[in-house]
Parts: sequence; structure tokens; C-alpha cells
Amino acid sequence: MAITSDIEKPSPKLIPWTEKLAQVPWWALIILLLGVLIVYFIFTSPTYEDAFFFLIAGVRLTIQVSLISFGTALVVGLIVGLGRVSKNVVFYNLSSLYVEVVRGIPILVMLIYFAFVLTPLALQLLHWLSTAMLQNLAIGPVVGLAESMANLNIRDVPMVVRAIVGLAFCYGAFEAEVFRAGIEAIERGQMEAARSLGMSYFQAMRYVILPQAIRTVLPPLGNDFIAILKDSSLISVLAVRELTHLGKLNRARTFRTFETWNTVAFLYLILTLSLSILVKFIERRMTYEK
Amino acid sequence: MKNNMVEPIPVDDDIIIIDHVYKSFGKTKALVDVSLRVKKAEVCFIFGPSGGGKSTLLRCINHLEAPDSGRIIVDGIPLTHAKTNIDLVRAEVGIVFQLFNLFPHLTVLGNVTLAQEKVRKRSKEEAEQLAMELLERVGIPEKANAYPGQLSGGQKQRVAIARSLAMNPKIMLFDEPTSALDAEMIKEVLDVMLDLAKEGMTMLVVSHEMGFAKAASDRMVFLAEGKIIEEGSSKELFANPKQERTQAFIDQILY
Ligand SMILES: Nc1ncnc2c1ncn2[C@@H]1O[C@H](COP(=O)(O)OP(=O)(O)OP(=O)(O)O)[C@@H](O)[C@H]1O
Ligand SMILES: [Mg+2]
Repeated sequence: MAITSDIEKPSPKLIPWTEKLAQVPWWALIILLLGVLIVYFIFTSPTYEDAFFFLIAGVRLTIQVSLISFGTALVVGLIVGLGRVSKNVVFYNLSSLYVEVVRGIPILVMLIYFAFVLTPLALQLLHWLSTAMLQNLAIGPVVGLAESMANLNIRDVPMVVRAIVGLAFCYGAFEAEVFRAGIEAIERGQMEAARSLGMSYFQAMRYVILPQAIRTVLPPLGNDFIAILKDSSLISVLAVRELTHLGKLNRARTFRTFETWNTVAFLYLILTLSLSILVKFIERRMTYEK
Repeated sequence: MKNNMVEPIPVDDDIIIIDHVYKSFGKTKALVDVSLRVKKAEVCFIFGPSGGGKSTLLRCINHLEAPDSGRIIVDGIPLTHAKTNIDLVRAEVGIVFQLFNLFPHLTVLGNVTLAQEKVRKRSKEEAEQLAMELLERVGIPEKANAYPGQLSGGQKQRVAIARSLAMNPKIMLFDEPTSALDAEMIKEVLDVMLDLAKEGMTMLVVSHEMGFAKAASDRMVFLAEGKIIEEGSSKELFANPKQERTQAFIDQILY
């Protein structure tokens, strides 16, 4: 009897050590080791130290650009997402047009297009408007506004602004799809119950559908924030002095290719890993609450 | 319904008028030339085979479905009129669904106060006071701070009824309110409905609970294939239905 019960309930000690080894998250340990190594280099090697302090300003800009463009993308995404589930033909089609266009164009191309095609175009439009205003409506305050519009130079629109607008435009479409999926995941009965109590469509969205959708939507939004942080490296083509661009500059300055890109990659990894830990944490709390 | 743009039609005592209504979903004819008048404080019991159009009829009355043709007039307001503010009509017509459709992200109290605050524009205190009174009435005041996920089916349905009543509706629609419930919970929901009927609420009840029909209904309507096959008082329909189909259906349910 004693023997059979032992076989039925093996004590935890009996798990073979090979199996235990297999359960260790080796990948995390390796990343940790590499991190420790780089930190060690930063403290001991002047080349690494120099690179680190040169690049750290880029980290700040990378974070700022990511935050601002993602915040804007969330607002755009929510509005367009509502458009994608709307029964209003105009709203639905405009939203779909935007989403499909953005999905079909690489982000890099979109950024270049915003910076070098749309911005000059917008400025031309502004100049044309100002001449029109001066010719037809030359009264006090209008003249001042028109003149300042005419004086606006293409160089007055900083690259970082064009970059943020471009990134927000691209990610707005991605977040719209996230919101759409989140809204469509809520059963139809919820909208019907809310409407049958006399709530308007927007009240029902605001107080019944969206608060439920936000739970399903938070994890993918978190992942997209990590993605925008990585994609912000693309704006280095616009010579915005974020992390990747400073990497290029540091390489050119010191000719230390190896150390420079080691540090750049390490800094990105720190940012994205801490974010993904945060996302996992939020995800877990969400599932507990349900 | 004071604020509605449409001039109310004088309708005597008929609070619901359904006038030659047709409704199809693609090739399925859900309602075929249905006409029905319901008086104030009347309890109208609707029954019939699955797919007969019972849910569709109820959903037309608060405009969750729009009829293809015909007129529906609720408390003097024609629903299909372009100027009708449907939200105002809906606030006067409560509906209780088979699957409750409670708001899972809100507490029981939140479920019962939300529309009071947003639609009726009542203050939070006012809304909560009425909500507690209603929860008392449906017998679960102690669950005010629970979430729907923590309730039994019968409790959920009673919260759903309280949520509708909180709008002070003139009409209550019930779409198979006990069909998703275990036997021991059916009674607690039916008791709440019986009380409502006694208090003079105008009710349209879609159900298979013939006991309720006998006890509380003023009229029974047999609906099949989108048509009203027969209607009459529960005495008439149980004792000697005119149509063979009605007889067959009642027999099948009772035995
Ligand atoms: N949204 C819809 N889309 C397509 N068909 C529908 C829809 N709603 C109802 N129908 C069809 O219309 C007919 C009537 O449906 P309805 O739900 O009104 O029947 P019911 O009498 O309530 O049946 P049950 O007892 O099963 O609830 C059915 O054939 C159904 O399949
Ligand atoms: Mg039904």
C-alpha cells in the first residue's frame, strides 16, 4: 500500500534535475548577463562611457517622441475605430479609407512623404490662402494673420514635428483596428440593453461598450506602444536627434562602430523590456479582475 | 414623452397599437401583417413555436427592429415617424431579455442607476435611493454592491427587471425572462412579474409559463409563422381554442 501511494504522488524532489533546468528562463538570464556586461563596460571603458553619455540625450527624445505620437495615435485611433463600427456611411468610409491606405504603405515611406511632400504642400496651401486673404479681406486682424502665414518658412516646421505627425498618422490607423476589434468583441445584447433604457448611441458607447472594451484592448495597446518606440528609430532618416540618429553621429564622431551600436541596441532593449514587463503586469491584473 | 417633436395621436386607452406590421430578414418572414392593440394596465401573454416571430414583435415595439411596413404607435407616438426621438420612447418602454444583458463592468447598483442618471438626469443620491427601493422590491437589496458575475441567473434577471423599472416605464416587455433559468429560480422571477401585473403595469410577456398566463394575463396571443393565429382570454384559450393549432401547441406544452 505504502509503495503504491508513493508512486501515485511523487514528491516534488523526484522531478529529474534535467526537467528543472529546462524550466529556467535561460533567455532572461542571458539578457541579464549581457546587460551586466554592458553596464560594466560603461563604468570601466572610456569608449563605452563616452558613447553612453553622448547617446543618453537621444533616449530622452526617443521617449518623448514615442509618448506624444502614441498619445495622438490613441485619440485618432479611438475616433477612427468608432468610425469603423459606425452605421454612418460617410464616417465609416472615411475611416476605412484611412486605415486601408496606411496599412498598405511602409512606415518609412509614410514618414518621408509627410516630411518632404505633405509639409511643403501644406505650406504652399497656407501661402496661397494668405494671398487670397490679403486680396479679398484686407482688414486689421486678418492682415496680421495673413502676413504671419506668408512669412512662415518651410524651415520653421521642425523635422521632429513632421516625424511625430507622421508616426501618429501611421499608428492612429493601427490603434483604430485595435479599438474596432475591442468594440466588436462586446456582445450585441449590451448595446441593445443600453439603447432600450433610452441611452443614445454615444451614451451607450461611452458608459457601456467602451469601459468593457478597454479591458480587451489594453494588452494590444501596450504592445503597440513598444512597437512605436522601436519604429521611432525610423525617424532618424529625418535627422531627428533621437537614439538611432545619435548612434550614427557617435559612430561618425568616434569611428567606434562596435561600441556605439552595442550601446544603442542595449538602450533600446532596456526600454522595451521594462515596458513589456509593465504590459504583462497590467494584463495579469486585468484577468484577475474578471 | 413631453419633449418629443411629434404631436401625440389621440388613441383612447390603447397604449400600444401595432397596425399591419410586416418584417422580414432576407427571405425569412418574421412578421406577416400583424395587428395588435394593448390597453393601459393590460397584461398580454404571447406564446408560440420557436421562430414564430415573438422576439421580433417585442423588439419592434421599442424599435430595436424597424418594421418593413405598417405602423407602431406607443403611447400616442408613432415610432416610424422621422421626427420621433426614439430614445425618449425607449425610456418609457422597459425590456427584459432572456439572457439578462446586465452590464458586467458595473455593480448591481451601478446597473440600476446608470440610465437614471444619464437619461432621466437624476442626481446620484436620488438614483441610488430609487435603486435600493427597487432592489428591495425584487428581493435582493443585499446584492447591491455585487457584480453581475457573482449572481445566480434568477438574481440577474431580477436585477434586470429592477434596472428597467428604475426608468419608471409605462410599458414592460418580457422576452422569455425565465427560459434561461433553473426550475427553482423561475418562481422568484415570476413572483416579481406577478406583483408588477397586480400593480397595474402594462405588460407584454413572451413566455412558455402557462401558469403565469392563467394567473395574470388578461389576454393570450398565439403567434406562429409570423402571424397571430388566435387571441383571447386565458379561460377561452385553455378551455376551447378555436384553432386546432392553438390546441395542439397548448397540449404539447402542458403535457
Ligand atoms: N437578426 C436576424 N437576422 C436574421 N433572421 C432573424 C433575425 N432575427 C430573427 N430572425 C428570424 O426571424 C424569425 C423569427 O424570429 P424570432 O426571434 O422573432 O422568433 P421567436 O418566436 O422569438 O423564436 P424563439 O422562441 O426561438 O425565441 C426566425 O426565423 C428567425 O430566424
Ligand atoms: Mg425569441
